[in-house]
Amino acid sequence: MSGKLAAVLGTGQTKHVSARKDVSIAGLVREAADRALADAQLEWKDIDAVVVGKAPDMFEGVMMPELYLAEALGALGKPMFRVHTAGSVGGSTAVVASHLVQGGIHERVLTVAFEKQSESNAMWALSIRIPFSQPLVAGAGGYFAPIVRGYIRKSGAPLDTGYKVVLKDRLNALKNPFAHVHDHEITYEKIAESPLLWDPIRYAETCPSSDGAAAMVIGSEAAAAKQDRPVAWIHGTSVKSEPTMGAGRDRVNPHAGRMCAQEVYKEAGITDPFRQIDCAEIYVPFSWFEPMWMENLGFAEEGTGWKMVQDGTTSLTGEMPINMSGGVLSTNPIGASGMIRFLEAANQVRGMAGEHQVPDAKVAMGHAYGGGSQFFAMWVVGSEKPTS
Amino acid sequence: MSEPVTGITTPIRMEYRYTPGRTTSDFLKAMKGGRMEGRRCPSCRKVYFPARGGCSMCGREFAETVPIKETGTLATFAVVNVNFANRVIDLPYVTAEVVFDGADTTTMVLLRGVSPEEVRMGMRVKAHWIPKEEWDYSLANIDYVEPIDEPDAEYDSYKDLV
Amino acid sequence: MRDVAIVSFAQHSQRREDTRNEVEMLIPVIREALEPIGLTSQDMGFTVSGSTDYLAGQAFAFVQALDAVGPWPPISESHVEMDGAFALYEAWVRLQSGDIDTALVYSFGKSSPGDVARVLALQLEPYLLGPLWPDAVSLAALQARALLDSGKATEKDLARVVSRSRKNAQANPYAQLKGDIDEAALLDEPLYADPLRKHDVPPVSDGAAVLILAAGDRARELSSNPVWIRGIDHRIDIQSPGSRDLTVSPSTTLAAKKAGVPKDPDIAELHAPFSSQELILIEALGLDETRTSINPSGGALAANAVMVAGLQRFGEAFNRINKGDARNAVVHATSGPCLQQNLVAVLEGSN
Repeated sequence: MSGKLAAVLGTGQTKHVSARKDVSIAGLVREAADRALADAQLEWKDIDAVVVGKAPDMFEGVMMPELYLAEALGALGKPMFRVHTAGSVGGSTAVVASHLVQGGIHERVLTVAFEKQSESNAMWALSIRIPFSQPLVAGAGGYFAPIVRGYIRKSGAPLDTGYKVVLKDRLNALKNPFAHVHDHEITYEKIAESPLLWDPIRYAETCPSSDGAAAMVIGSEAAAAKQDRPVAWIHGTSVKSEPTMGAGRDRVNPHAGRMCAQEVYKEAGITDPFRQIDCAEIYVPFSWFEPMWMENLGFAEEGTGWKMVQDGTTSLTGEMPINMSGGVLSTNPIGASGMIRFLEAANQVRGMAGEHQVPDAKVAMGHAYGGGSQFFAMWVVGSEKPTS
Repeated sequence: MSEPVTGITTPIRMEYRYTPGRTTSDFLKAMKGGRMEGRRCPSCRKVYFPARGGCSMCGREFAETVPIKETGTLATFAVVNVNFANRVIDLPYVTAEVVFDGADTTTMVLLRGVSPEEVRMGMRVKAHWIPKEEWDYSLANIDYVEPIDEPDAEYDSYKDLV
Repeated sequence: MRDVAIVSFAQHSQRREDTRNEVEMLIPVIREALEPIGLTSQDMGFTVSGSTDYLAGQAFAFVQALDAVGPWPPISESHVEMDGAFALYEAWVRLQSGDIDTALVYSFGKSSPGDVARVLALQLEPYLLGPLWPDAVSLAALQARALLDSGKATEKDLARVVSRSRKNAQANPYAQLKGDIDEAALLDEPLYADPLRKHDVPPVSDGAAVLILAAGDRARELSSNPVWIRGIDHRIDIQSPGSRDLTVSPSTTLAAKKAGVPKDPDIAELHAPFSSQELILIEALGLDETRTSINPSGGALAANAVMVAGLQRFGEAFNRINKGDARNAVVHATSGPCLQQNLVAVLEGSN
């Protein structure tokens, strides 16, 4: 632990759907924030500062939307802060909010992340043609599919590993009322037969495009002491970045991810992550990233992450449950997706994850990544105060 | 009560005049002249193709210009069955990450001249240019790469670039 | 609070930059900031930057800019979609946790590729106000009109602010607009966006700035005269220009109170892109123009690289205190239309 103790006092999220036509951007973020405050049994006046995160502004067509959202988020007359670190932003936003408490600046900070993809066209925003950039762009899948192929070649993983990840996550999502994709008819066969969009990635192995918001209240030790409901103590946080196009950078098992994990484990006093962490919510926008991140996070030896998928280790009842909420494969409001991972990890150790609760979860990890697998944000939370 | 308004369309039109920068300008001038040029980092000695502002591993401006060959090795690839607004191509098409001979980075280009089922990592390929009279300040002067009659590269020779 | 100081600063000259891209602008500036203290970017405990995608006209514009740092092996790094002054705030917060001692803050912005006044209109609430496309200059003109109508300032006051900026900028090699111009000559110029004249509006500038922060003894090792951040705070007001009194800046006053702005600091570096805004800020901060040197660098009227201009105020104040030309300074940065969001810091030398 660096700095003072901090804990998650309350969490809230919207029911994630493809288009929230009934609310404005302000209405969407307010809904998540209201729920976080209600969960923490706090009022707006109890909040000292607001930290907002989201992915590129072009996704909604509003530049620095936090300026306009200050009113809806009760931030008038308060410090309002905006983070943007690509896909990892939901996680790094929570880390910035934690530091405001750990650094002794504030007692209670509200942190909110969102994306309302239906307000603009994300695919357009990602494909703006800069005249002299690389001409061949085929979306995020076009970028990540060759990397997934690299993983399959390096690890020798069976080709259906990805299907098993999706099946697990989509079944988990049925236990999560906030998840976007609720597919009661999902089967292994349906996934295996879905169209190959970016071979080796099939349609069913990709994340949806969602409107949604997530919020947390992070408070000091003194603030946590006043809570009636369980809190999630922050045992460690870390952010790490590396360059997109660096010559010789390992994109399958990125160095920044490994370093980030080592740093967060050290801070949390974890020496054997597989045994000491009870469950994890990790950022898996394409199925294959589950086994890849299992290795990157040190849960599995390099080249063996797929075995934990195949043998059920990562299932809700397995030894190391991953993405109990259904994960990014079931819900993806991009800017919020990282925060949802952090939030779900907090709810697990609070014992408040509902139907997708892992029994007796005491220590959980939240993980997010972004860019070309180059930005990482992680935290480890626990039901008990950190001792290290 | 009337129906709620659930959406309005507010078109946004903005024009930008981009500056490619010095390194990219040099690269584009070479492409216009039909030359593939990489740049070497003075610190780590790696050759970038195409080179952007500086070596991102070292945070250094590039030093010398290095000629890059039109032949290269396919490090990894995807078979794409979905089209994107910026380029209409018959489906499916293969996006290849190619390490051109002389470079230490991969470049994403279209692969043609082979059916998607036969594409494999390690294939040797060669750049196919658009007609000379159409050459512009663009990497798109390389229309695609196609297989050449050479044995596949050893996996170890390119595995760090996968 | 842990004592945190600025120990180094470097900037790119503020002008329209047509040959270098953002990375090429940043690389030499980062080197220039690190060299005097004998450190590399790899020695930094934390790195954080401020910029905005809409200025660059592409999503994830900050991703490539990170190349300029050379983040290999990987570094602890973050980015704010805000002026670099807010990135500095994040670095200051990060240093409070006590586990790291140094931080690199950078910011870049090219205002010239697009039509910056129209780009900034995209900051407005998107359903009612935004679709009307009130550009940043027009909104600032509304604010200036309100100020003049309130009787708190006259056109002559606006000219005085501009004249001071141009004269002060003559000593600033990085400034874009400078000159020995008196108020009468300025008042002879035609109106541009009534009541503003062209010179009341900032130039279109491209720029980059880099600051190095260090905590406690580490700061004293790295600099013979580290410039301490004695207080720093930021606050936000409601956005809608129709819902607030545009002639005052309550968020600036509140941030100043929280930051502990002293009476009559030697200098004030204020991020006021429009002359009328400088007058509003002087009042909000309780400054006396006869006792505090206002914008000795020329301020944002002399050079206004959007997203950089706020961080640059820290650098300009650092330079003067570090050299011994001033003992202390109040520094201000703003964001949003008509001074919506404001950051205030108090800097003080060691000697």
